[in-house]
Amino acid sequence: MLSYFLRRLLMAIPVMFFVAVFVFLLLRLTPGDPAQAIAGDQASLAQLEAIRESLGLNEPLSVQFVTWIGQMLQGDFGRSLISDRPVLEMIGQRLGPTLALALVAMAMTLLIALPMGVLAAWRHGGMTDRLVMAVSVIGFSVPIFVIGYVLIGVFAVHLRWFPVQGYKALADGIGPFAHRIFLPGLALASIYIALISRMTRASMLEVLREDYVRTARAKGLPEGLVLFRHALRNAAIPILTVVGTGFAMMISGVVVTETVFNIPGLGRLVVDAVLARDYPLIQAIILLTAGTYVLINLAIDLSYALTDPRIRYQ
Amino acid sequence: MSQTQSLRKRLIETPPHWTTMLALAVLLAIVAMALFAPRIANFPPTELNAMMRLKPADGTYWMGTDSFGRDLYSRVIHGARVSLLVGAGVALGAILIGLPLGLLAGWFRGLDAVLMRAMDGLMAIPGILLAIAIVALTKAGLTTVIIAIMLPEIPQVVRLVRARVLATRSETFVEAAVLLGTSPMRIIWRHLLPSTIAPLIVQGTYVYASAILTEAALSFLGVGIGTETPTWGNIMAEGRLYFALNPWLVYWPAIVLSLCILSINLLGDALRDRLDPKMKGRS
Amino acid sequence: MTFHPLKSLGLAALLAGTIALPAWAETTLTAVMQAPLRSLDPHLSTAQIVRTHGFMVFETLLGMDADYQPQPQMADYVVSDDMLTYTLTLREGLMWHDGTPVTAEDCVASLMRWSQSDGSAKTMMQYVDSIEATSERELVIHMKSPFGPLLELLAKPSPIPAFMMPKRLADTPVGEQIPEIIGSGPFKFVADDYRPGDQAVYVKNEDYVPREEPASWTAGAKVVNVDRVVWQAMPDMQTSINAIQSGDVDLIEQVTIDLLPLLAMNDEVETGILNPLGAQVTGRFNHRLPPFDDPEVRKAAMYALDQETLMQTAIGNSEYYQLCPSIYGCEVPLASDVGAEYLEGSADERMAKAQELLAASGYDGTPVLMMQPTDLTVLTTQPIVAAERMREAGFTVEVASMDWSTLQSRKNGWQPVAEGGWNYFFTYWGVAGIWNPLVHSLINGSGDDNSWAGWPVNARMEELRADYLTAGTLDEQKQIAEEIQQIAWDDSFYFNAGEFKSVAAWRTELQDIQSGPITLFWGVHK
Repeated sequence: MLSYFLRRLLMAIPVMFFVAVFVFLLLRLTPGDPAQAIAGDQASLAQLEAIRESLGLNEPLSVQFVTWIGQMLQGDFGRSLISDRPVLEMIGQRLGPTLALALVAMAMTLLIALPMGVLAAWRHGGMTDRLVMAVSVIGFSVPIFVIGYVLIGVFAVHLRWFPVQGYKALADGIGPFAHRIFLPGLALASIYIALISRMTRASMLEVLREDYVRTARAKGLPEGLVLFRHALRNAAIPILTVVGTGFAMMISGVVVTETVFNIPGLGRLVVDAVLARDYPLIQAIILLTAGTYVLINLAIDLSYALTDPRIRYQ
Repeated sequence: MSQTQSLRKRLIETPPHWTTMLALAVLLAIVAMALFAPRIANFPPTELNAMMRLKPADGTYWMGTDSFGRDLYSRVIHGARVSLLVGAGVALGAILIGLPLGLLAGWFRGLDAVLMRAMDGLMAIPGILLAIAIVALTKAGLTTVIIAIMLPEIPQVVRLVRARVLATRSETFVEAAVLLGTSPMRIIWRHLLPSTIAPLIVQGTYVYASAILTEAALSFLGVGIGTETPTWGNIMAEGRLYFALNPWLVYWPAIVLSLCILSINLLGDALRDRLDPKMKGRS
Repeated sequence: MTFHPLKSLGLAALLAGTIALPAWAETTLTAVMQAPLRSLDPHLSTAQIVRTHGFMVFETLLGMDADYQPQPQMADYVVSDDMLTYTLTLREGLMWHDGTPVTAEDCVASLMRWSQSDGSAKTMMQYVDSIEATSERELVIHMKSPFGPLLELLAKPSPIPAFMMPKRLADTPVGEQIPEIIGSGPFKFVADDYRPGDQAVYVKNEDYVPREEPASWTAGAKVVNVDRVVWQAMPDMQTSINAIQSGDVDLIEQVTIDLLPLLAMNDEVETGILNPLGAQVTGRFNHRLPPFDDPEVRKAAMYALDQETLMQTAIGNSEYYQLCPSIYGCEVPLASDVGAEYLEGSADERMAKAQELLAASGYDGTPVLMMQPTDLTVLTTQPIVAAERMREAGFTVEVASMDWSTLQSRKNGWQPVAEGGWNYFFTYWGVAGIWNPLVHSLINGSGDDNSWAGWPVNARMEELRADYLTAGTLDEQKQIAEEIQQIAWDDSFYFNAGEFKSVAAWRTELQDIQSGPITLFWGVHK
């Protein structure tokens, strides 16, 4: 198990290198000019040329790539081309809100979606099932920004239960934090609730037909125990896969949610950075996201082994 | 015991549920709407009228007009074309590429390492960012958008298929086949492929829905298919600015879109119930 | 009766809190600006938001008042009779935010840096013999020959104002950003609270000594009445509107005009025009590529376009836009009706004329590649409307949608369309960036590679632009400006698609908001 873990950690190196090369090439082949983002649209071409020269953008791509990788290996992520600030500092400023939003949404998802899915499978074909599927299909079918606006319209503007927008760090107190993160968390969670409750249901349906479930029931175990201990545990692989991929996909939802609720997180930073062609910033964010992602998936792969004894690693 | 059996019975023997039939009808209606859009629409979807901006619905403009003074009804009708194409293109593309990769990765452990590292890399890049970059890289056209949305979906299909293969390959009947010397390709074809179909349908419907929604998100962020080609995504994205003035600019496309996805999901579920390989094998 | 120590303690604390609050309550003004602040060097950027940021932290030697006149700000000035020597004397009490005094040497270094990035300043330098600091507080500009608009340039608010900074910052090479934001202006920039693209924070500069004269635009007394100003970026207009209604923000610099009715019902929010100068929407031809290398084809396209239709679709409410032929802005001193003949006729009449002209021009069906930005609300509609009308006139038009950043860099290349070139696109210019022939980038007729995208060639235009710089009197300037305007229309340099005003919204707690060529944060009370 330990050697498997270490091997997987080592394997992360080629993954990260793949990401680095891929992103570097993708960005540099994209039209757009960071100098223009600095100088504004009324700038003359001569002015742009001076900025490009000073940013080192006139160097050959290969030289730029080697310079960048060299810096990265020394732990230097460089400075933003546009704001001239250290990239890590900019990311640090934005990391908290995004992390909070994603974790809150994930927690909401699991709390709501797992029971929903189990219940629907248990009462398969019944009213509960239909209801759960209906709720899940709505979460699936409506864009996050529409859900966001509806939530704002009803709960913030009309009922005034929640603030319209904004973010307060957990450091400012759990009350203000929860108050402001609730609606965006719910908006972001909506699509994952839909996805994971469906996946749970589908997976549970499979498992509920298995012999060991029948045996468990025959032994007269309480139904709740059968569902959550025996069945859900064995239905976990596809669910875990989706939870894992869901975390990466969540970044996409985060971008939109952060825009609607005006949360100063990484999602908005990354879109701004792409639109302004702030290469070092985009590269750093992607590499850090990729790193996080690799670790999360490693954790999930390990948990496969724990939840499903049928998978073994030599 | 009896509960499981009656469940099985219900799944196999009952005729299609009325909701399934309804879903099929709705989906067919939407497909017909897409096919015959120019005949059903009241106006060309791009015809502007600066004097008729943001009008509420009336006898001429059945769903009102957008901020360009274009007929919303005609745009929603035409939007079906692109949205269905984007969804289908992405779902089919992702499955056609992801399925073989997932099967191979699940069976050939050597290939698995390399392939899954590349997939990990691709997946680790936030999808929306990848899409933005790709759309910006080339012209913001239909093909670009389909590819941009499809790429980040592929690893998910691969992982799902692979996970299913991993679970199935340790089943007794697969182990038996291996012992009997059946060729890997045959095992994949006979035993592993069928076992992936049910989850792929669930995943496929999800990808289909998610593709249309991602297209909307791209439009929302200003990098989708241009406004000259109406899609439900960009109609909603344009309408969102006027949401408080006239929420129907968002609701109409949202409703049609939701109906479309709802029916796809219901049909997917119905199919799933019937295609389940274990069910077929044992009955 | 029992005594509850905890209760009374709580009450006391509560009371103390209530009483103490006003004593250290800071007034913070939170504003949603028209764009997020992403870079800070005001010498490097022509972006409006960076300019506005510049005027918070930095000052100019001269200010410009509401009558477009240069007035003393950091310095008083004397001009010699032969117009060859300008003597500027810094006023007393000027300090940089790092506590060092402002010296003439700092200002010379700042002028040198500014003149390397600002287009008109570059032109100015061709007439300048020397700029030198003659004492701690006096600097002298010697001219080779008279240059009419010099004072105006030192005072101008756009596109790159002549901001002053300490010499150690001003010595930063052009193209590189200054490492610190240290000015002498009425606000200090709080570097620690700056989150690029999200939030910028300014605090009142307690050491700032305002001038005596009343405030007028960027001239006169800059008296700050709030302790902090926070610029909060909100990428979504709907969110901003919700936020101002709930009191989370005090000011929105630019509200989407279609959404004004949402605020009309709210007594706590006022709307109005703070910047009397509008912005001109300009449709630019690429003069180097077919079909628009042919003046006859350009003319046909001009008639296909129609100011009213373009503005109506983009803005909707005619209260907030203006139609005029002036290339310098509708209400500036140089505005005139020259070229009005190109705007005559109803939309339908113009279309008929366009079809006729196009048929006569021998247009061969070369497709027009029209660039459309998808993420800049003010400019998304014009390309669509223009494409529709040009098609009706007989053009083949392909609309290429892209993000604004891509559009901006694509516009700088003149390779064939198949290789990533372009034929037509729209942009807009704050009137302060086009209000005379010196600053106006679109009337450059040199065809020079380095001139602003479009590259028209017209020798007569170049003569006139040079003449304008040496013109002695206002009348003379005006006459030259009119002739320039006539050529700009005759030779279809670009299509002036009309002018729109930015509408701001603010909460009624804000009093005495100043009007100006940019949004000003002095004078206002909360």
